[in-house]
Parts: sequence; structure tokens; C-alpha cells
Amino acid sequence: MSVRLKDLPTEELLHKGNLACAGCPEMIGFRHVLRALGPETIVINATGCLAVITQMGVPLVPHFHVLFENAPAVVSGIDDALRVQGRREGVNLLVVAGDGGTADIGLGSLSGAIERGQDFIYVCFDNEMYMNTGGQRSGTTPYLARTTTTPVGVESRGEPRTEMRRKDMVEIAVAHGIPYAASASIGYPLDLVERVEKAARVRGPTYIHVHSPCPTGWGMEPSKTVEAAQLAVKTGCVVLYEVEEGKRRVTRPVARRAPVEEYLKLQARFRHVVADPAALAEVQRGVDERHAAILARMA
Amino acid sequence: MTTEFWNGNRAAAEAARQARVEVVAAYPITPQTHTVEYLSEYVAAGRLNARLVRVESEHSALSACCGASAVGARTFTASCSQGLQLMSEVLYFASGMRFPIVMAIANRTLSVPVSIWADHQDTLVNRDCGWIQLYAASVQEVYDLVLMAFRTAEDPRVVLPAMVAYDGFILSHASEPVETLSDEVVKDLLPPAPPHLRPLLDTKDPKQLGEVLFPDFYPDIEYKKHRALEESLAVLGEAFEDFRSRTGRRLSAVETHGCADAEIVIVGLGSMMQTARHAATRLRAEGMKVGVAQVRVYRPFPERELARAVAGARTVLVLDRDIGYGSAGMVYPDVTRALYHAPSRPDVLNFIVGTGGKDITPKTIERCVELGRGGYRGMSVFWPDARGPAEGIPYTPGVKACPCG
Repeated sequence: MSVRLKDLPTEELLHKGNLACAGCPEMIGFRHVLRALGPETIVINATGCLAVITQMGVPLVPHFHVLFENAPAVVSGIDDALRVQGRREGVNLLVVAGDGGTADIGLGSLSGAIERGQDFIYVCFDNEMYMNTGGQRSGTTPYLARTTTTPVGVESRGEPRTEMRRKDMVEIAVAHGIPYAASASIGYPLDLVERVEKAARVRGPTYIHVHSPCPTGWGMEPSKTVEAAQLAVKTGCVVLYEVEEGKRRVTRPVARRAPVEEYLKLQARFRHVVADPAALAEVQRGVDERHAAILARMA
Repeated sequence: MTTEFWNGNRAAAEAARQARVEVVAAYPITPQTHTVEYLSEYVAAGRLNARLVRVESEHSALSACCGASAVGARTFTASCSQGLQLMSEVLYFASGMRFPIVMAIANRTLSVPVSIWADHQDTLVNRDCGWIQLYAASVQEVYDLVLMAFRTAEDPRVVLPAMVAYDGFILSHASEPVETLSDEVVKDLLPPAPPHLRPLLDTKDPKQLGEVLFPDFYPDIEYKKHRALEESLAVLGEAFEDFRSRTGRRLSAVETHGCADAEIVIVGLGSMMQTARHAATRLRAEGMKVGVAQVRVYRPFPERELARAVAGARTVLVLDRDIGYGSAGMVYPDVTRALYHAPSRPDVLNFIVGTGGKDITPKTIERCVELGRGGYRGMSVFWPDARGPAEGIPYTPGVKACPCG
């Protein structure tokens, strides 16, 4: 049964006032994740934008900013300590991290924590680049996107690694035999809340990958965050699905995909692609191929 | 009190068991590995009510201890060498967060060249990370110091992590008789986690931890951490005194042998100081007044205790089982600092010995005394057991060609 607007928990657990940029997707996502989990939640936050922008307030849930790559190891220690002390019941252990902290520097630590079967909810807010340090490419940066380390110039036209070889964190988690993994988007908060609530009911590791369009990093109007997030799903750049004990299911099917250009043209990082029909066609092909590969796994 | 025949790793594990640790997170590395294997057996046999976090790296091992400590658990880990270096980032995190984690370290050198054998390079490069550092010279000391480490780390005046270092293989694998304490005595020495260590992460009292701190306030926090570590010397002293009253065994920050009338005092860390004592006894028989000062507490550095121990000596020979490349051994600057303002400032010479596990025999020590007995003659750092540009030992005082003067 789907979460409806009137079912949304009303208690706000994100403290008032923060240092986020205008239009920050992480603030939208984090707010809904906390609402879904409720006050009996401990947040373990890997280095990244969220760790910085949540600093200046009185927290409503315990919030532990740790190092860049060790949040899954820290949560492992918390999980085991609470167990040995008989205090594990009724507490959600939430790890939040960005795509750099998850797909790149923290991948080993996350892999270990999932493999050991530690009990935690891992939420990755993926803005497809390192934005806390000002916009460098990461393991999830899309093909041909301009970042500060994949500039557009005579010898280069943005991120060179193709769409099919982008790190797919949901599938990496699933390859561990994780009991629950899902993709989600800040553009679909009810769907996100449902994924988080489901993860909270699972004993053991769970992973939710939340697509988070970043106006500052992507060169968008701050008012376009949600629109971009929804267009990413409507164009098939992002597929929302969940994997329960290995069984995959698309949670938000898209009947007719919109052309990828509609999504790209909102973003300055793809300006050189939108202006070049050949490059645009190449990106469309890459997205089609990746989309088809994801859907092919659903059966 | 019974006498057991244990190796250093076993002694560290038994002490951690008796300390009733609740979470152990560690990753295998020679020569430390047995410590964690013993603890795993205790948990499997129901002798220890703890959770083992079988992590995928040392970085994660110490991180898991930090997590456990943040919810108020007593935690223990063990490592050395490359593993300790991988933890380096987390070492500062642990001391900055004031987590009283205890770590046993079976000292081993750093690659490359690859060597699994003992020297103090691994712990000494991490001497300034805000942890208490204790160095054992025997298996008995490994056992005693692990207990003292828990007690001091958790003291409200300290609340800092602590390392207990003991030479790989020489102490980690060799067995010696160890006088053990009953679980009850250890319980008295180490009561359950005191109230000031209540969980920092508590949903009933939400806090932000690991905060950004702006430059205006940064020095205040650094100073507090530094002072707490300095303060721990007195707290260790109290712990040693309580330990003596319960067990009859004496521990001190600096242990002296024949220093009262010594003209030459040998200073250093770890098991080589046992060898130094042996050599000093022999040299005394030949009429040379040699004393030995073993530095057992290295961080905080027991400046006054050391100055007192060598007062009256003409020459102090600092043995370093490590090298600060491009400078001198790493213990040497601490000793010279402690003695620079001493009323009768002795000559202080540095000897780099036993790196990468090269045996330190009484002959090595005698060679150091032979090279250093004349005091300072234009050269301060000697490598008596290294072969240099010419075969043998080229580093003779006064030889200009020597690259390390």
C-alpha cells in the first residue's frame, strides 16, 4: 500500500535554519527521510555537504559527523555496542552520505558493513559530483557532464566514462545479497518515504540511493531542483525501483519516456551537449542502453 | 594471583577480557593477530560478553571502536605497522572526540623494504595524535599496562584513547611467566564505565557531534586536549600507586636501574631496555658506571621524571629503535628537550639500533657505550648496527665522511 500525503508523519526532525544553498535537494531529501524514521533515530553522517550545512542548529535527533569514508564502520560499532548493552530495539541507525562518500572513498567500508549484516539504513544523496569541494567528478557522474575536473575544451568534452560503466550503487548493494535496496528521488517524496519506511522494517542492512539534482553544481535555477528530479525519472535517466530479497520491482513506472534533451537543457553542465546534435544523440543512446539494461533485470 | 606462561598477545587479550570490553573491532596483521584470535575464543566460549566487529580494514576497525565508544561501550582493538598507518586519520578523530579506546600494538616496522619484525617506527610516527602511549619491556608489563591504560583513559580528568606498545615477536610471540590478577581484583581496579562516559549519542538527549569549529575557538579545544594528555601523567601515577597497593607490583613512568651514581645513562623504550640492563650489569663489573632509564610512559612525555633519573650523569645515550628520516631518532628530541635546561646539562647522543627487527644484543648496547662514553665530539647520531658506504661500522666519531653527523 502506497504512502499518501495525509499519511505522511507530521513531526519535523530537521532543525530550523541551515547553511544549504538555495534549492538544495539534500535538505528536501533529508527532511523526508527523518520524517519517515521518527525521533528514535541516530544519524551518522559521512563528510559531505550535509555534514556542513546541518552544523549550525540545535539538533532534534543525535547527529554524528564522522570522517569521509568510515560512516558504515562507525555505525557497525554503534549497532554492536547497542546490542551487547541490550539497547538496540526501537532505534533506527541512519547513515547519510553523498555519492563521493558512497560510491568512491567509502565503498570498501560500506561493502564490509553490508557483508557483515549490520543493522542500518544507508541513504546516499547522489548529486553526481563532489559538491562540498566545489564540483569535481565522481564515480556516478553521467557521460559528458562538465565538472571542474572534466572540463569542456579542445581535448575534452566533459566526463569521458560512458553511461553503462557508471557505478550502479543499488546493484552493487544487491550483489552483496542485501535484504532491501532501492532507488528513489527527491522529486517523489511520497515514494521516498515509502522506501525509507520499508527499509526501517528490515532487520539488517538496507540501501537507498536518492537522486538529488544540485542547482549549484549543475548550473540550474534553484527553483528547478524538483522539476529536474522529476524529469530525470520521466526521461529514464533514473529508474525508481526496489529490490526485496533479490526480487526487483519498478516502483514508479514511466509509460512513455520523454527525450533526454528536456532534462539536459535545464543544466549548464550539459550546455555543450545540447548544442551538439551528435553528442546529444550519443547521450540519448547511452541513457536508452542503461535504461533497457535496468528494466531487463526486473523479470 | 597465579602465575601463567603467556606471550604478549595473550597477555594483552587476557587483560582486555578482564577489563570486560564490550566491543572489539580489529583486522588481522602480523604480529598482532593472535590478540584478536584469543578474544574471539573467549567470546565463543562464553568467557567474555562482547561483540566482535570483524571489519574489512584497520581504518574501519578503529572507526567501529569510535562508534561503540559514542554509545558508551568499553572498546578494544589491536594493530601495528601498516595497519596502524591506515588508521592514522581515525587516530586523530578518536582523540578529538575524546573516546577512551584502548589499543594493543605489537610493534612492527613500516614497509618498504617489507619486514614483519619489530621496531618502533609504527607507533612513534603516531606519537603526536593525542593518544596516551605506553611501552612495555616484558610480557608482564603488557598485561599490567593494558589494565592501566583502560583505567587512565576513562578517568574524568583524561578521557583520551591509549595505546600499549610491545615489540613484535620479541614480546608478542615469546612466552614469559606472568603474575595474573583475579577477575575480582581487576574489577576493583577498573569499575564499570563511569557516569561521565554515558552515551554521547542518545535519542533522549540529541547532540551534534564531530562539529566544525571556527578558528576563533580552535586553539581553546586544542589546548584542552593537550592539557588532558599532560594531566594523564599524574593520573597514571595514581593508577600505578593503586596498582602497587593491590598487587605489590611497581610501575613508574620512567624505570631506573643503577642510575643513582651512573656517569652514563642509557635511555630508551621497550624490550631492548631489558637487554640494556643486562649489558649495564656487565659493564659495571668492568668498572664502568652505567645506568638504565626505561621510558615506560612516552606520551605524555615524563620530562621531570627523566631529568631526575639522569641527574648526575655526564653522558646520556638515547637508543632509538626507529629513525626520523633526515633528522634523528624520534625519542632523541624529547630527551634533549627534557635535559636542555637541566642544572648540569649532560651530553646527549643518539643511537639508531634494531630497526626492522635487527637483533639488539648486549654487544649492541656495549658498542653504543663504547661509541658514546667520551661524550659529544662533533657528532650526535650514530648507527652502530648499520653497514654504510664502507663495510662494517663506518660511523666513528669525528669522521667527516659520515652522512649522519
